[in-house]
Amino acid sequence: MSHDTAHALEHDTSTGLDNRKLAIWTFIGSECLFFASLISTYLVYRGKSLVGPFPHEAWTSPAGRHFDPILEIKLVTVGTALLLFSSLFVVIGLNGAQRGNRGQLLAGLGATIVCGIFFVGMQVYEFTHFVHEGLKLQTNLFGASFFTLTGFHGTHVTIGVIWLSTVFILALRGKLPPKKALNLEMAALYWHFVDVVWIVIFPVVYLMK
Amino acid sequence: MDAHATTAPVSSPDHAHDHPGVGTYVKIGIVLFVLTFMEVAVYELGYNHAGAGFGALLHPVVVPVLMMLSAIKFALVAMFYMHLKQDSKLFSGVFVFPLIIAAVVIFSLILLFAYHYAFQKLIT
Repeated sequence: MSHDTAHALEHDTSTGLDNRKLAIWTFIGSECLFFASLISTYLVYRGKSLVGPFPHEAWTSPAGRHFDPILEIKLVTVGTALLLFSSLFVVIGLNGAQRGNRGQLLAGLGATIVCGIFFVGMQVYEFTHFVHEGLKLQTNLFGASFFTLTGFHGTHVTIGVIWLSTVFILALRGKLPPKKALNLEMAALYWHFVDVVWIVIFPVVYLMK
Repeated sequence: MDAHATTAPVSSPDHAHDHPGVGTYVKIGIVLFVLTFMEVAVYELGYNHAGAGFGALLHPVVVPVLMMLSAIKFALVAMFYMHLKQDSKLFSGVFVFPLIIAAVVIFSLILLFAYHYAFQKLIT
């Protein structure tokens, strides 16, 4: 069997769709259920903490220590904007990859990675700030559900940054021609999913009192 | 036709030309940015300036308005950036079906626990 024949058989499918793309969509579908469980847990325990710090209300402990509302809406709004822009940049990079425009591909992908790194940095700063303010995983129900939900999302963003960085290195080496653009499209789909999850988390956790 | 017949996948570079262009992506990006700004404005007006004027009107509907804005952003990213509008309906099905189950799980758990807490209050 020649190499060309083997290559063709490898990619012909009964659905007419690429199996790798169907696989990433199936994975994203399963991730919907994963994040649904975390978001439900956050919502179910919302407002049920017996001790502070609280997300939107000030609190004074029995020992007399005062705690301000802990969430930093302005900081997280900047992070949200970065994540939205990163989704725009990755789709512009994908457009470049599919059309063989190497400059557009590298610029789009590079900007996406930078936005992703800044978002993770924002989250690391936020978590560190919360711990300094006295909110830990074991402090109250808000701390437990907040750190679990946003922590898992942050982990997904970190994995996305690593994945996109490997594709970026491939593109830099000239190993991402238009016929292999699906390698970037799969990473981009994952990245957009991480973005849509944040689109839900942002109002649910930060904006709804 | 043979039940096991296979065809070449449609995810070729040519298929990419069905996707929207950079102009459309930028327009969607601007809309997403404006919607995010609106979300924060609704939060500020509805909670922090709820005493009078538009804030007082907005206060009772902050949560539904935020949910609606979030749903619009979600749909825009899924349809245009994830290309569900142009790609095979099978991908939409693989994504939307678990999404419906996820929504049912979230609302069921909220209802279940709301009932549980209400019952607890009643007996104490």
